Amino acid sequence: MKVTIDGIEIDVPKGTTILQAARMIGPEVAPPAMCYYTKLKTSGGYCRTCIVKVTAGSTANPTPMPKPVASCRTEVMDGMVVQNFTSPEIIEARKGVVEFLLINHPLDCPVCDQAGECKLQDLGFENGSSKTRYEFKRREYEMIDIGDKIKLHMTRCILCYRCVKTAEQITDGRVHGVMHRGDASEISTYIEKIVDNDFSGNVIDVCPVGALTDKTFRFKQRVWFTKPVDAHRNCEKCCGKTRVWLKGEEVVRVTARKDQWDEVEEFICNTCRYDHKKKSDWVIEGPSPIHRSSVISQNHYQHLNELKTRVLKEQKALGFIPFDKRP
Amino acid sequence: MQLTNRSKVVSNKVQSGMESMYLPAILKGMMITASHIFKRRPTIRYPEQTRKLSAVYRGLHVLKRDEKGAERCTACGLCALACPAEAITMENAERQKGEESLYREEKYAKVYEINMLRCIFCGLCEEACPKEAIFLTDRIVDTEYEREDFIYGKDKLVEKIDKRIDVSKRQTLEVAEFKKIPGIKHNAVWEGNRIDRKIN
Repeated sequence: MKVTIDGIEIDVPKGTTILQAARMIGPEVAPPAMCYYTKLKTSGGYCRTCIVKVTAGSTANPTPMPKPVASCRTEVMDGMVVQNFTSPEIIEARKGVVEFLLINHPLDCPVCDQAGECKLQDLGFENGSSKTRYEFKRREYEMIDIGDKIKLHMTRCILCYRCVKTAEQITDGRVHGVMHRGDASEISTYIEKIVDNDFSGNVIDVCPVGALTDKTFRFKQRVWFTKPVDAHRNCEKCCGKTRVWLKGEEVVRVTARKDQWDEVEEFICNTCRYDHKKKSDWVIEGPSPIHRSSVISQNHYQHLNELKTRVLKEQKALGFIPFDKRP
Repeated sequence: MQLTNRSKVVSNKVQSGMESMYLPAILKGMMITASHIFKRRPTIRYPEQTRKLSAVYRGLHVLKRDEKGAERCTACGLCALACPAEAITMENAERQKGEESLYREEKYAKVYEINMLRCIFCGLCEEACPKEAIFLTDRIVDTEYEREDFIYGKDKLVEKIDKRIDVSKRQTLEVAEFKKIPGIKHNAVWEGNRIDRKIN
């Protein structure tokens, strides 16, 4: 099926959603997504940040769709024409969506452990306004203790349901869900049942905001002062492939590896996540790929290495012989 | 070979009668010396006298407390991130029950250090601070004998409750208005578009 997104055409198999097709083209056309998660079934459709404009439905029926559609839930048709960043309407509508997501968000980024790797921060920076128009008291909750490993800050939650789907699909026997409705909805563990499944820690990784954070990492370091390295160990419960966040010789945090869409590559178990906080427990493979626009790569000068590799590659392609290799 | 025009030809010319008396030359020199008596004295007798500093002079930092006396800094790390000299380091801690009057938010800086030998007093930490906690003042960093003494901890940086440091000059309305000007790069408002993308 041929689909055109922002003027770029791509062939995709039947059943692909617009979001997936856009991601196949690349980050220059891919809409942001807060609730959709490739590895979780039935995720998506809640946050509305991935809305796009469909200017032609298909070759058979090229009428445009009347409203912006959620690209994570809309499958492509042959000959569909989609506008994302090229449509001013979508830019404006997404700004409205971001404003709604931020209405009750406490904006406590200086205190929040997610700051620096928070998707809502990125979204707000790229698509939001620098000022709020909201004048009322923001929604507040009683602090619920959901165990000694995971910290729940309900005020920061944007109700993306990712953690609920994780609890449902990755762990067996769900003790975690969303209660109440609408404005009053809140994540709960069904009356303070502790999330003690072996894979429960993955809710931290799937959370796009700072609502679920690692309690063992709480207030330890700001993420941009730590150095992420890819590491592995032999684990009988999970793949054992993780990202270890170092501060000097100390392991401050262990997370799953994430791809360029900020999605977990493989889910990891709680033993790897919480119980191996020594550098000697891990076989370190090398520095994790962090995009140079990320605050985490600040002061790490890793992009200089990338630049060097790129320059050397281009020089080689041009047939340039380095000075020290010349006869 | 002549490289510049500044070279002087040395000669063994014999002094004339007037020159060998030396007296006119001495008088000429004394005249210059004497003329300085009537000029304004440029020396400032520090520390009795101090130079008048500009309102935006950037000197020794202060970590401010809020109106109730609680520390404003939440150890968000943005100052250390903004610091081009990498002079600032900090360690975070969680506020315990009963410490609400000491620290304004649930997280605070347990250790906050600025290496004054590294610091270039650019003021970027002040600009980065989202909590109006760090300010550069018109005070001067003291001289010390040991290098370690230039690493200023919270004991030297946090203002004393009974001895508040006035930073109102740096918090003027003009500053607040200036921070709102969207045309200036660091004030930039990203209105709905990505930085690297052109929208038609």
